[in-house]
Amino acid sequence: MYEGVVQNLIDELGMLPGVGPKSAQRIAFHLLAADPADVKRLAHALLEVKEKVRFCRVCGNVAAEEECRICRDARRDDHVICVVEESKDVVAIEKTREFRGRYHVLGGAISPIDGIGPDDLRIRELMTRLADGRVTELIIATDPNLEGEATATYLARLVKPMGLKVTRLASGLPVGGDLEYADEVTLGRAFEGRRLLDV
Amino acid sequence: MLRTQKLGEADRIITILTKRTGKVRGVAKGVRRTTSKFGARLEPFTHVDLQLHTGRTLDVITQAETLRPYGEALAADYPKYTAGSAMLETADRLTLGEKEPALRQFLLLVGGLRTLVEGEHEARLVLDAYFLRSLAVAGWAPALESCARCSATSVRAFAIVAGGVVCAACRPAGAAVPAPETIALMIALLRGDWPAADASESRHRAECSGLVAAYLQWHLEHGIRSLRHVERV
Repeated sequence: MYEGVVQNLIDELGMLPGVGPKSAQRIAFHLLAADPADVKRLAHALLEVKEKVRFCRVCGNVAAEEECRICRDARRDDHVICVVEESKDVVAIEKTREFRGRYHVLGGAISPIDGIGPDDLRIRELMTRLADGRVTELIIATDPNLEGEATATYLARLVKPMGLKVTRLASGLPVGGDLEYADEVTLGRAFEGRRLLDV
Repeated sequence: MLRTQKLGEADRIITILTKRTGKVRGVAKGVRRTTSKFGARLEPFTHVDLQLHTGRTLDVITQAETLRPYGEALAADYPKYTAGSAMLETADRLTLGEKEPALRQFLLLVGGLRTLVEGEHEARLVLDAYFLRSLAVAGWAPALESCARCSATSVRAFAIVAGGVVCAACRPAGAAVPAPETIALMIALLRGDWPAADASESRHRAECSGLVAAYLQWHLEHGIRSLRHVERV
């Protein structure tokens, strides 16, 4: 145990995800040894993020204003919405530069065992967005795990009667991996989604 | 596989109900990465053959082979997925101690998931049959054919606190009075008489589900969170 304020800092850092007591201690002593201006900048960034960042009123993505950068961009395609679980998934898809439509962040996936049902996600907001008839395709890009698949099933069942095209991101073999290490479900999906070689 | 919890950057804590060792908690390292060697093998509902390295607090999963991937079929059918989730949560609650053998609970869960995936019976019926039988294995089988208190055969009501059906003389205040067909359905589900259960009417199934859920949660002294989300077809 250290003196009050140092221990307080270690305890607070230890609350962060992926930071254990040893890492918290290491970060705390790094901050103690760091230049006061650097520490002030970090403290300011922490306060600023809590004060300024909010959730986009349209898509639920993190935003610095009422609407996020993507929702404000008039060049994006209004006819396609890509549904993701978290804001960090938007960043991952944006990095591909393959998708030019809009996003909708659900805020998680349906997981009854954790007490999370459809009403706990931003599904009602998605249905409101789809109601104006401008959207022609809904791409479901929830995680390729059990909760993500169940959420995709639920959304597809809800949206299909509206006459929309509902698609799901492809699953299969990771690029750069060995076939022999692929599990049966992934390999099965890769076979289901095989494509014609156009040479 | 009963449930998974995120751990650190890319790991997961996995809770497993095993055939010989009962409930075990292990760490699957790097499982959340798309290049993980475990892939979809360590998803809830999957029946797997596992190799674990005994650790200080948690065991570490070193190898996994799929025996039956029930999760894929369940995730594609929302009512089955919600019913299956309630089964996993109940199995987790009924096997309290870790590494205490629970062979009958294991066999019951695997059988229940297989029946759910095959889809020959309504998901809610399979779930109620699983609840009743897992309670019976745990020693809390409800009395359904004679009074739970005096063994009289002319029963009138269902009292959770009494442990099942009760006669008019033993009936405590607040006991439910279900239709005789509902009690017959509960007997059929407990015995595995599927022709009788499948022939039951929707209103008796709904009444049966309500009674079984209340009975289960009273004995577990804990709510089953998944039950709120179980969808009836």
